[in-house]
Amino acid sequence: MRDKFWILGGLLLFVGVATLPTWRDWETHANTRPPALVLPAHAKQCVAPLDFMRGSHMQLLLDWRQSAVRENNPTYVAYDGKTYPKSLTKTCLSCHDKREFCDRCHDYVGARTPYCWNCHVDPALGKGAAR
Amino acid sequence: MKALVPLAAILGVAGLAYAGGLLPGTRALLGVVLPYAAMGIFLIGFSFRVVRWAWSALPFHIPTTCGQQKSLGWIRSNPIENPNHKAGVAARMALEILLFRSLFRNSQARLEEEGPRLLYAENKWLWLGALAFHWSLLVVLVRHLRYFLSPVPAFLPALDAVDGFLQIGAPQLFVTDAVIVAALLYLLARRFANGRVRYLSLPGDFFALFLLLGIAITGILMRYFTKVDLEGIKQLALGLVTFSPLVPASVGPLFFVHLTFASLLLAYFPFSKLMHMGGIFLSPTRNLANDSRARRHVNPWDYPVKVHTYQEWEEEFHDKIASAGLPLEKERTRA
Ligand code: HEC
Ligand code: HEC
Ligand code: HEC
Repeated sequence: MRDKFWILGGLLLFVGVATLPTWRDWETHANTRPPALVLPAHAKQCVAPLDFMRGSHMQLLLDWRQSAVRENNPTYVAYDGKTYPKSLTKTCLSCHDKREFCDRCHDYVGARTPYCWNCHVDPALGKGAAR
Repeated sequence: MKALVPLAAILGVAGLAYAGGLLPGTRALLGVVLPYAAMGIFLIGFSFRVVRWAWSALPFHIPTTCGQQKSLGWIRSNPIENPNHKAGVAARMALEILLFRSLFRNSQARLEEEGPRLLYAENKWLWLGALAFHWSLLVVLVRHLRYFLSPVPAFLPALDAVDGFLQIGAPQLFVTDAVIVAALLYLLARRFANGRVRYLSLPGDFFALFLLLGIAITGILMRYFTKVDLEGIKQLALGLVTFSPLVPASVGPLFFVHLTFASLLLAYFPFSKLMHMGGIFLSPTRNLANDSRARRHVNPWDYPVKVHTYQEWEEEFHDKIASAGLPLEKERTRA
């Protein structure tokens, strides 16, 4: 008889853990609205089509690094014929703000902040912007 | 045949789900109705089976005893392999659940050509494969919490960092992604390669393996190769657990295959051998202390049986026995 108490307790615990996300989201008032990303004012287009950038910007960055640093090929010709220097700070962050753009999306989907920032600088920090 | 039918079933489901992900009409069915139904079946079915186990009688006290029992003080006992109290049982269960102690004990009999002679050898491969699979699965499941929680708690990115410590590619290769596929392929190959295991395998065994492989492979395809709109998927997942479901248009058909497989796994779970997840806690051979001599175990199925003892029988036929000249127990004891 005392076993039933333990078994039912364990079962209850399991159901609680299995439905944990619902409880936690209820507590934090989570909603499905994605964060508002601050888009650049002076540009309409990214360096590649939007669909590609959404899924593959990290791959693009690694390709850039590979060809710029290892293959001495520092210029990227975009799909629309424009050219960009293959640089994380100088190109991406000239249009995008790290905190208002990259970090917001990464925080929402729970992607870890890329380790690139261990070394690469966020220019907004230099301009004496908040922190 | 035992493997082909489950494989065909899995491939069929994949095809249907892919097509369903392309058609606007079925996207809500696959993305909302199916996951809810699967979770419902999982929670109710799982609870039902555990409750039924809890209510079944335990007629015998049957712990496995693989070590020296506690007896006289000068005989060294093995309190974990042959526990005589609750703490030992807890240690044994922990070893079993976290480290698969009984698989580690696995040994294999083999007939050696020369002689011929029978050889018993330890075989740790099954243990290693099972351990690699289950722990990877746990890490993968925990990592998936990031799609269901908002804001994402800090320990999840930290776990990602540990899992991606090789820093290969972007998005970073997760070690558990590679390990879980390797382990599943080993567990599958084992069922084909070893004749005895092949004979013992049931379609259900193959079905579970193919299904898990399907889930892992579609997940890996999406993360590293075909790419998906993770923002849309997070909206979908968050919508499900906060009961405000939506299916963003940007979510591709491959994701629906992944989601359908996962739902199928949940719905199939309570009806399958996968219930060993709950069952392992309730295995009497493992979770009972070997104290059957120190403590009386009463069979709950025992009911007062009407017995007719020899004494009563002798009493009843006393005269007949005496007249036949047969010895009487009563007189013998008196004498
Ligand atoms: C250990 C420090 C470090 C880390 C971490 C790091 N980088 Fe770099 N990266 C450098 C240095 C130093 C250079 C400059 C090399 C040169 O010019 O020869 C560079 C150059 C680059 C370049 C090309 C030139 C430029 O000016 O940007 C790209 C693109 C790049 N890194 C992308 C990345 C990305 C993406 C990540 C994260 C996935 C990353 N890096 C992480 C140190 C780092
Ligand atoms: C010329 C300015 C410019 C540069 C340089 C640029 N972007 Fe963009 N990016 C944009 C614009 C504008 C959009 C929005 C495009 C749209 O909505 O069609 C965008 C969109 C994106 C998106 C998709 C956002 C979403 O809503 O899903 C990502 C991710 C992204 N950029 C990453 C990068 C990265 C990484 C780099 C560096 C390799 C980069 N961008 C360089 C202007 C730029
Ligand atoms: C629309 C959402 C979005 C935006 C905006 C965005 N990212 Fe990402 N980023 C992602 C997703 C999703 C991943 C993959 C995470 C995963 O699967 O673990 C990712 C991954 C990465 C990775 C690889 C991280 C790793 O360790 O695996 C890098 C590097 C990266 N992003 C750089 C950037 C930079 C730089 C910007 C800003 C210019 C940016 N991203 C903006 C969504 C976004």
